[in-house]
Amino acid sequence: MNAMVINLFYLLAALLFVLGIKGLTRPKTALRGNRLAALGMLVAIVVTLLDRQVIDYTLVAAGLALGALIGAVMARRVQMTAMPQMVAILNGLGGGASLGVAAASYFSVLAQGGDLSGPTLMLANGAAMLAVLIGTVTFSGSAVAFAKLQEILPGQPIGFSGMKFINLGLLLVALATAWMLVTGQAGAGGFAVLVGVALILGVTLVMPIGGADMPVVIALLNSYSGIAAAAAGFIMGNTVLIVSGALVGASGIILTQIMCVAMNRSLANVLFGKMAEADAN
Amino acid sequence: METFIILLSLFALAVFLGVELITKVPPTLHTPLMSGSNAISGITIVGAILAAGSGSESGVLVQALGFIAIVFATINVVGGFMVTQRMLGMFKRRG
Repeated sequence: MNAMVINLFYLLAALLFVLGIKGLTRPKTALRGNRLAALGMLVAIVVTLLDRQVIDYTLVAAGLALGALIGAVMARRVQMTAMPQMVAILNGLGGGASLGVAAASYFSVLAQGGDLSGPTLMLANGAAMLAVLIGTVTFSGSAVAFAKLQEILPGQPIGFSGMKFINLGLLLVALATAWMLVTGQAGAGGFAVLVGVALILGVTLVMPIGGADMPVVIALLNSYSGIAAAAAGFIMGNTVLIVSGALVGASGIILTQIMCVAMNRSLANVLFGKMAEADAN
Repeated sequence: METFIILLSLFALAVFLGVELITKVPPTLHTPLMSGSNAISGITIVGAILAAGSGSESGVLVQALGFIAIVFATINVVGGFMVTQRMLGMFKRRG
């Protein structure tokens, strides 16, 4: 299909997402909002399947079928009381998917032996590293949030007061590695280091937060997975990824703020993985 | 470079739109809104389809990563919208 037609349908999908999120904020329109958002997703998927870049349909069809089956079974079986855990898993998988997309694009550039000096390529690689970092933190952070809510891990805050310095250190190491990858000073080994550090960072960010605060953490991680999706969109210049990712990222952080106020918590503490004051005393 | 600026403008405007969309949300809708927008963040499925469908030329590793990404993103999308629907359906019966 023509690239212009595809982009017009992407615009339609993005508008449906806007209407969907808007609808979900009011009790009367919430159900319709969810349906509109789902319709937007359907439009985006169908149009992408018709894209000329998609040559081989076997893997795509198998992946869609397997994912839809697992997702549907999980959604039907889950207990109403286990909803926060469920959202945590789904969110972690979304972050993992962004990691997969970014890794695929990085290795496809690497395989083509493209030199990493062109400014466009550097921007695309920068976006890829950002998607890897945020996607991975979302993935492992959501896994810890799930484990805490499911009581696989103890619900109380685990850690010590200097934890935020460790988190800051890990973040700096991750950013330095990402920079080396973008400038071509590091290769596949550096990529593995980036993923490893981001995995640890996701764990150390969520570990110090108590089980009762987990819904706020999940809302924050949801916002992160939106930003990861937007970053993945910058890699391939895909408008629907950028717009929807930005929408979820921004609305997610506002929702996190609203939930913090409702639960009498500070957003900064949740952001930096600091222990809640009440638990520390 | 010019395309990048256009994309960046799009991103910045969408961020502002996202902020403005959420104003007052009743507490009962916090979880459904979170789960609904979480399903929307599964839009990364578009990138996954493009990666997995890029053909054997791009190499086994790229295809494998694309496949895993499709499975993850589809679970996120299908599970996300269905779970949100279930949650909202329950409110309706109660109200």
